[in-house]
Order: sequence, then C-alpha cells, then structure tokens
Amino acid sequence: MDIRLTINGKSHVAKNVEESTPLLWVLRDTLGLVGTKFGCGVAQCGACTVHLDGAPIRSCVTPAASAIGKEIRTIEGLANKDGTLHALQQAWIDLDVPQCGYCQAGQIMSAAALLERNPNPSDTDIDDAMSGNYCRCGTYIRIRAAIHTAAGQLTNQRGQS
Amino acid sequence: MKRLQTKPAPGSLEDLFNEIDPCGEISLPTNVGVDRRTFLKISGAASAGLVLAFGLGEQVTATSSESHAELNAYVRISPDGSVFIYSKNPEIGQGVKTSMPMIIAEELDANWNDVNVEQAPIDTALFGRQNAGGSRSIATNWDTLRRAGATVRSMLVQAAANQWGVPVIECTTENSRIFHSKTERNTSYGDLANEAAKLPVPSEDALQLKNRSDYKLLGKRITGVDNHAVVTGQPLFGIDQTLPGMLFAVYEKCPAVGGKVISANLDEIRKLPGVVHAFVLEGNGNRLELKPGVAIVANSTWNAFQAKKELKVNWDESDASRDNWNDLVKRGLALKDQAPTETLFDVGDVDEALQRSKKSVESLYSFPLIAHATLEPQNCTGWYRDGAIELWAPTQSPGRGLTSVANTLGIEEDKVTVNQTRAGGGFGRRLVNDPMCEVAAISKQANAPVKLQWTREDDMTHDFYRVGGFHSFKGGIDSSGRLACWHDHFITFSEDGKKPVIGGGFRQPSYEFPAQLLSNFRLNQSLLPLRTACGLWRAPASNSTAWAVQCFLHELAVTADRDHLEFLLEVIGEPRWLPPNDIYGLNTGRAATVIKLAAEKGGWGKKLPAGRGLGLAFHFSHAGHFAEVAEVSVSESKKLIVHNVTVAADIGPVINSSGAENQCQGSVIDGLSAMMYQQIEVDNGRIQQLNFHNYPVLRIADAPTVDVHFVQGGSHPPTGAGEPALPPLAPAVCNAIYSATGHRVRTLPLLKDGFSM
Repeated sequence: MDIRLTINGKSHVAKNVEESTPLLWVLRDTLGLVGTKFGCGVAQCGACTVHLDGAPIRSCVTPAASAIGKEIRTIEGLANKDGTLHALQQAWIDLDVPQCGYCQAGQIMSAAALLERNPNPSDTDIDDAMSGNYCRCGTYIRIRAAIHTAAGQLTNQRGQS
Repeated sequence: MKRLQTKPAPGSLEDLFNEIDPCGEISLPTNVGVDRRTFLKISGAASAGLVLAFGLGEQVTATSSESHAELNAYVRISPDGSVFIYSKNPEIGQGVKTSMPMIIAEELDANWNDVNVEQAPIDTALFGRQNAGGSRSIATNWDTLRRAGATVRSMLVQAAANQWGVPVIECTTENSRIFHSKTERNTSYGDLANEAAKLPVPSEDALQLKNRSDYKLLGKRITGVDNHAVVTGQPLFGIDQTLPGMLFAVYEKCPAVGGKVISANLDEIRKLPGVVHAFVLEGNGNRLELKPGVAIVANSTWNAFQAKKELKVNWDESDASRDNWNDLVKRGLALKDQAPTETLFDVGDVDEALQRSKKSVESLYSFPLIAHATLEPQNCTGWYRDGAIELWAPTQSPGRGLTSVANTLGIEEDKVTVNQTRAGGGFGRRLVNDPMCEVAAISKQANAPVKLQWTREDDMTHDFYRVGGFHSFKGGIDSSGRLACWHDHFITFSEDGKKPVIGGGFRQPSYEFPAQLLSNFRLNQSLLPLRTACGLWRAPASNSTAWAVQCFLHELAVTADRDHLEFLLEVIGEPRWLPPNDIYGLNTGRAATVIKLAAEKGGWGKKLPAGRGLGLAFHFSHAGHFAEVAEVSVSESKKLIVHNVTVAADIGPVINSSGAENQCQGSVIDGLSAMMYQQIEVDNGRIQQLNFHNYPVLRIADAPTVDVHFVQGGSHPPTGAGEPALPPLAPAVCNAIYSATGHRVRTLPLLKDGFSM
C-alpha cells in the first residue's frame, strides 16, 4: 500500500509498503530518514524514539499506517525554523554528550518532548521521562546535565522574546 | 616466567588479541614502525596546497600515484586555510576521531576551528594497524602524530622565512598563522600552503616537538568532531549506508554453534511479500568468518525480518554445542576441591605460609558469561561485482575484516575495499567481522548491493561472549596483620582442552595483581570444556579478575581487622616499576598515588549512617592505573543505590579532558550494568537471553554521579582511557555493599544474589 505521512511539516508518500511495517522502517528504508535508529525492535531501548503529535513514541512498534493524518517529528526536523539547532542539540554538542552517538537521536527526541510539557524539569522528572532510553556507552550523567542546560537556555529565550 | 600462549594461527581471534594486548606474545613496540617512517610530499596533486602523506615503508614510495597518495594523506592544508586531517582508526565511541587529530593540530599550531577531520581509508601500507582495541590508539600513535604535525609546521615556517628573508628561528606560530614579531609581519597557513609544498620534507632529526608545558590544545575539553552530525541525525553509522538498487538481507544461523543446514522451507519463503532471494550458504568452516546459514534477501529490512519469522530450518546438530550453563557451574564448583591441572605461577611456599598464618580466609567467586550488546546491532553493507567487493563496515578491525572477506570469497585482498563507518558501540564485539563475511557471500550470490541487518535477537545469540569462570581463593594473614600469602585456583573454560578460551585466561600470569607483590603466591588453573563462542569484552580478563581479586583483598583486610586503604597501600609497597618495567607494567608509585587520590576525593573514613558504605578498589590494565571509591546504600530488601563513584586515574597527560572523562563516566555505568544485571545462560547450546527484556542495561535513574580525577604533571607518555576505568568499578561497589551491610557478594550478577536497583 502507499502511505501518506506528514513528517517534519512536509508531506511524504511511502510507496509499496506492507501494511504491518513499523514507522521506523518506513522512515529509514523507504524515505531515507536514517537519523531514527533501530536498537531492539521491541520498544525496550528507545533508539527509535520520534514524536507523534508531540508525544514521544517507539517507532519500531508503531505501525506506519497508524501515523496517517498525524504530525510526525524526527531528529532531522528538530532544529529551529531559522536553521539554528534546537537548544537540546546545541547543549548536546556543548557538553560533549555522545560517545558512540547511536542512541542520542532517541535521547534528544525524548528530552524534547519532556521540555515541551515541562520547561523546568527536576532530576526526577528527567529520570522519569528518559527511563525508556538506553545509552549503552553510559552518557546518562551528561544527558541529565544537557537537559538542564537546554531548559535554562529555552527559559532565557522565552524571557527575552 | 611461564608463558601459556603458543603462537596462534594468523587471522584467529587469539592472534588479534596478541596484536592489541600489551602482554601478547608478539606485541609490537610502543611506536609502531617509527624507524621506517616516511613522509611523502605530494605537490601538484588535484587540490592545491600542502599535502603530507604518511607511510610505513618503501611500498608507498614505489606505488603511490599522486591521487592515491593524496587520498591517504594525514594532513592537507588548502590555500583557503582549511586543515584536513585523516583519522586512521575506527571510531566506536572511544573518541579517537577527535583525540588523534588533536595531537597533530597541537604540534601544527593549527586553530582547531580550521580543522576538518575525515575518516581515513583502510590502507595498512600507509597507516599501519588500523584497529580499535586494547586502548592502544593513543599510546601507539603518540609520537607519529606529533611528528606529523611538527613536520607540516616546520615546512610552513620555512616557507614564511624564505618569503620574508628572515631566519626560521625568529618565526613563531599560533592559531594557523606564522608571525615574525621583529618586522611585525604575519601570514596564514593557507597563504603559504602552495609555497610550503615546494620545499623538501625536513628530516626527523630537524623537528622540534613542543614541551608539554607549551600545549594549548591538548588537555582542553574538546567536543567530538562528529557531534553535530550525531545530534542532527546524519548518516554516520554502518546501519545508515545506502546504495543504489540496494537489497536488504537477514541471515539465520543455527541457534547452537556448530550446527549446519540440512534443509529449509525456501520455496515458501520466496513467496512472502518483498522477498527477492532465499538461499543456503554452506559456511567456510571458520566461525569467525562465515557460519552455515540461510540468507533471505528482500526489498526492505522489515520484509526480510518478517520472512525470517516464517523460516523453518532443519539443522544438523550432530556436531553442535550442547552446553548447559547450570551444569557447567556445578562442574566448576566441584573442580575447586580437586587438584588443579596446571600451575601458572608460583613463588615462595604458599602452603607452608598458610599453615603459619595467624588467620586465613577461603572464598569462591563466580562470574557469568556476558554479551556485548552494542546498541547498533551487527550489520554490514556490501556490493560484489566484477570479481571485486566494496564494503561499508562498522568494525573495530577493518584490516582483519578485509582479509577475512577475501578468504571467504576466495579472492585476492586487492579485490576488497573496506570503508569504515562510525560504529554504534564496540566493546570488543566488532573485533570479529562475521557480518562483513556474511554480507560479502550474500551480495555475491544475490548479485546485488546488499545491506545485511542482524536483529537484536541475532546479535544477542550469536555473540562472542565474555567467558564466565571461578576464582577459588585462599589467603593468610601473619601475626603482625600483614598479607602473608595468596592462592588462586582459577577455573575457566577451554574449547580445545589445552588452553583457555579467548578472554578466559591470564595473558601473563606473573603480572597478575598481586603476584609481583608477595613472597608467597600461587596461581593454579583448571579447564572445563565449552563450545559457546567466546571473545574479547571491554578490558578482557581484567573485567572479571579485578572484581574477584579486589574483593578478596578486602576480605583479607577485614579478616586482619585493618583499614582497607592502609592494607591495600601496604600490599602495593614502595614506589617502583614492576616487570615488564615499562608503561605496560605496574608502577607502584603511580598506583599508590591514584589510590590515595580516590580515597581523599571519595571521602574515605567519613562517618556514614547505617546501611550506607564506602568501597575501594584498584586495578592496573591497558597501561592505566585506576582507583575507584563507591558510595552506596542498601535497604533491608537489598535495594541498592549507588550514590557516587570517585575515579582517580593516571593515564599520563590527558589528550582531550572531555573525552577521557566521558570514557571514565561511561565505564562506571557499563561496569554497573554488567555487575548488576547481565548474564548469558545457555541450554542445549542455545543462548537463553534474546533481547533487552532479559538482558537489561542500566537506566538513567540508576546512574550515580561520577567524579573523575586525572593525575597530571608527570613525564609518562599518554595512554588509553577506553577500558582501564571499568575493572575497578564492580569490586569498589561490592566492597561498599559489604561496608554498608556486612554482606559479601561473591556471585555476579547481583540480581542473582537478590539485589535490585
């Protein structure tokens, strides 16, 4: 079947996709958006996290067909409209969070969803929101710090605007 | 000094271990090929500017065409001022793609903002060994990289001096510019690149390397060169590679290692949606390369995965593994009371010293098999055409992979091209290149470009595992409360009945802590048969031995009624180098320094409430001296909280402070995951853990704070940070659990001992 999806504000048609195909593989194999990663296939590791109507979901277990008519956001579409990086992406660079980097797209998408509903999260809020995302290299300490940094940055921006 | 290893077969995993391990039989000198080094200057190449290629030998001089040599250059300076540096070794998260170019940039006096880092092609003739293993990238390339940077700088300075008609000695460099202060002139590297390219390459003797006190870049916190691409989702990894007309493959192997394909429902599989090919591969008899199996090639990863679920294979298991872990544990525990089969190292008279001891302790420590579980499951992309193959591989040993692929396909190595991609974790798993060999065979048979993707379940069940084992210890305390003797009967596993499986033995028994420190010490070994494939896991052997040894040492301190810190320092003794008397040998002075530093920063001796405790451990591996202090709480119901871990390290001068700290923080988390949760069990040859639901990784809520302190200011050369921070973690935490509760952990993972987090 052909599936029309709205991804990062643009309309895409994924042609000739089996109905059961998870969103992850439509993004990666059909549409070439490979920033979203495959880690486990069973919603255990969070590497495949994207936003569906603003909520973080595991795209490896979400049928692509169920995303029809909804807003999908992936790591490729997280940067600001003016082309500058999202505060989380910038904080990830400034604090040198990644090691291998494989989980980080999923981490950042989970963190972005958190900051959208909770602009000033505590450590506990962060732990709760990020509990579905594995980092096999163990960058959790920096992930926590980078979320706080980005939250502060976004708060400042809002104060100025 | 008894060495266990006989010379391993070329291409074997043991051979690779020797290459990357400093205790190996054929370990290379610290500075690989430095005497045969050749810098090639390429002028008139496609892009103008100064291009310096680096090679190991004559072959380069004789065969390099200009374009080839340009591609393999270490450093290229363009007239626009851009500095391109090739990073030769695989990037698996250990940070060498940033730290190795930093060393060149420091000696070059380049502005780091001008530097563009590119992954080098695989060319052993030009780059020497291109591995990520043994934490050796920095130590073995330190001199070479510094000289590469200094050579380029020297030529640029000469060009400026010539242009200005001033002596070279009056010129200085900073931030990609050359200055002549007397005449108040300065110019950029880019402006001089073409002129510099016309000059002869200076001899090595003429190079002036910087004093460490003059470093401007080394030691700073530099963010990873790929971080922007990582956080924007660019296609960096093996799994992200795409080729025109590419097909997607899966490969099913026998769940019990050694099984062969009798038949499979290939006709049914071929009818499934999206399936293009389904066929059997016989394997090439080398399980490090191509095991027998069934390939399914489809038009998408998902269709290949779905078809794999419908695959029914009739396996010939007549020569397959029937390993059973519970049975092996029983047999291992029974062996501890029998006479050991081998004595690996023996000094003094342990039996007599034990009899004379005022107090003695006996303990048995057991640890399980564990998997690597890299977050990027194994994969590789390959395109076989016209008798040659090109591969895009997330691998830790691309050169070895190239040889393995040539061997699998029966073609010459010059028909194999390997592109190294960023790897989503390594931890030792990607030292074996079975995915490269599989995709090579599949692409050839399918006559198409193919991406092979393992499922998580494939990855978990076809790993090369960290082997489990047992330490049966006896130790004695003399009448003055000192450690008098130590006996370890080590029970490990063997595939051939003669030598331990890879990663399961002591590389150099006489170097094992505390063998060199005691006058009565004996290390015995017994072997049990094992078919399950074993391999190298981050800090091989050290990752389990340090846990058992450092916990038992704490037991002895408790038995002696001594403070653990004081007892450990007494065992370490006066400052001295121990054999092999170089950076790969324990230096007791460096050891004592990091132990004292960890104790001081970790608050050793402070008063803590009931149920809360501190634990200490030290381990030397990969040329790194590491001590760690863990602070934990344990509830009545054995719920463990690790509050903080203090890491004190001596790895010589730190290249990238952010990267090295990240490795230490990550090693603590990785060490906690393995200690707390991870075990691979096997039944009838089949691995029982399939995915993260029964092989968990530590989650963010359970991550402690980690304070990292590096001893700086010494004269030792820099060494690696990827592995040596891991081994002391588990004993530090288990010793802290004892301090908090009086409960001694002697079995890993802690989950089996009733603990939770």
